[in-house]
Amino acid sequence: MGVVIERVSFRVGGRTILDDVSAIIPTGSVTGLLGPNGAGKSTLLRLIAGLHTPTSGRITLDDAPLATLGRRETARRIALLEQNASPTIDLLVREVVLLGRIPYRSGIFGGFDGAEDLRIVAESLAQVGGTDLADRSWGTLSGGEQQRVQIARALAQRPNLLLLDEPTNHLDIGGQLGLLAQVRDLGLTAVLALHDLNLAAAYCDQILLLADGRLAAAGTPADVLVPRVIAKVYGVDSFVVPHPRGGHPSLLFAPSPPPRPFAKAGESSL
Amino acid sequence: MTAGTDSVAGRTRPAASARRNGRFGLWLALALAALVLVSALAVTIGPAPVNLADVAGSLAAHLGFPHSGTVPVLTDAIVWQLRLPRVLTAAFVGAGLALSGAVMQSVTRNPLADPYLLGLSSGASLGAVCVVILGVGVALPLAAFAGALAALIATLSIARVGGTITPGRAVLAGLAIAQLGAAGTSFVIFWSAKGDSYREILNWLLGSLAGSSWATVLIAGSALLLAGTGLVLAASRLDAFAFGDTAAASLGVDVNRTRWALLGTVALLTGAMVAVSGAIGFVGLILPHLVRGLSGPGHRRLLPLVAVYGAVFLVIADTLARTVFDPRELPVGIITALIGVPVFIALIKSRKSVSWV
Repeated sequence: MGVVIERVSFRVGGRTILDDVSAIIPTGSVTGLLGPNGAGKSTLLRLIAGLHTPTSGRITLDDAPLATLGRRETARRIALLEQNASPTIDLLVREVVLLGRIPYRSGIFGGFDGAEDLRIVAESLAQVGGTDLADRSWGTLSGGEQQRVQIARALAQRPNLLLLDEPTNHLDIGGQLGLLAQVRDLGLTAVLALHDLNLAAAYCDQILLLADGRLAAAGTPADVLVPRVIAKVYGVDSFVVPHPRGGHPSLLFAPSPPPRPFAKAGESSL
Repeated sequence: MTAGTDSVAGRTRPAASARRNGRFGLWLALALAALVLVSALAVTIGPAPVNLADVAGSLAAHLGFPHSGTVPVLTDAIVWQLRLPRVLTAAFVGAGLALSGAVMQSVTRNPLADPYLLGLSSGASLGAVCVVILGVGVALPLAAFAGALAALIATLSIARVGGTITPGRAVLAGLAIAQLGAAGTSFVIFWSAKGDSYREILNWLLGSLAGSSWATVLIAGSALLLAGTGLVLAASRLDAFAFGDTAAASLGVDVNRTRWALLGTVALLTGAMVAVSGAIGFVGLILPHLVRGLSGPGHRRLLPLVAVYGAVFLVIADTLARTVFDPRELPVGIITALIGVPVFIALIKSRKSVSWV
């Protein structure tokens, strides 16, 4: 059950973006997708969202191969949040959330922003604590509020699986922690592409670490986030200490090579 | 402090949103009433005196409704043969251009997209004059459609760098294509026209409804009916484009097929409109921005409303064009620019949340 990724490769124009990636994402778990820039995180998310078809291999969601689900059916089961998405026209928050009901619209007259849709919109906003935002215009929201509204839009799709591409980008530390706590509280199966290893360690049940399109490591944060693996994938030295609260791994990085000590007062560098 | 201001703004917004969603029916009814009224009045305005009773009598007589009294033959001819076809053509062209602009703005995510600014209109003009002047054996609207489609494809391929099209580049590319189309149109007319080629060039480049007849009513009306129905049916897919292609795809929309089907339909619509009226600017650019304030951004409401308001706008503009300097007639594009430019400047200044380029 959950998402099963079986030997997935993805090539575009002779370039291999993903190479033979296999993983299991259990139902109800929060999975962190880590890796350096260009490792293939966003591409893997889009493959899981069914937006691209793997060149080889296959992905199943709750035993149903994505390839056999239609576009609308996929959109009813999987919601994807892109990074830094913004509309070109000024939308109200409730109108943004209502977009999540598009996969459920039938025909032109039936089933669009009827009572049922509006109820689900209100419910989704309430789930992210955004009820007060409903009538605000998108442009007046802070970055954190915009992300919460995007999550509400995703929830309005009533998905089984939530995919988030670097959702903490451009958020201050309070916003980052608040957002990830919120995603955890939803209780949905979620996959998050993240840059911050400490956030991933704190909020994810399991980590998939990509490097150059291949799966470099997979497992619990404690298994994956070890100095040897981090040095290999990111090329930095690190120390892992248990977090004072909760005991999950917490990482301290050391720039390498180590910096030369500053000259002390009184010493001459002549 | 900031939070306080925000929540005040938050409290004043519900009224606005409730208004624009709840009163859609009212706005549409008002627009339709305005269209009927403005059209009827437009038929009465002109050098020969015609009153509303004459308009009603002539209409009733031709449509086979019972009517009392008879309209003088000359008045009837003025109403039925001259002014009514012109007013109807203006209404259909206005509706078609406003609809085209609204769809292009959404599907290209470019608030400046409109058939005139992205070169479709001048491409369509070039296609049309090739038929009219050179006598290329293709039906006029088809040639204009081909010209609009070619211009659209040229603009978007010039604007595409590394697989993405930014709004700013699309406008620049559109500018270039529009200039090329206008130059081509002028050249073809100069090369082969006899007599008053300046007037003819102006009519194609600035737009004119002086050549309206029941044939143009038929062309513009059937294009509007066909393409307009298709676009309104695609309204919910258009909504999905609000946050871009990937977001639309993740909402279950076949992005590429939808985009090209919609843009092809817009080219068809623009082609038909330009074939009967030349290239008229600003209708497709400003009407969608103005009407979104009434209908909200949802296309199921926006598209019908923008079409009706576009019709009202162009009927008024064309009536001004043929009467203000009577007996001299202005190309209607001069009037739409005179109204459109100040409105557009006001839009840019007031809609700070729209990223114009």
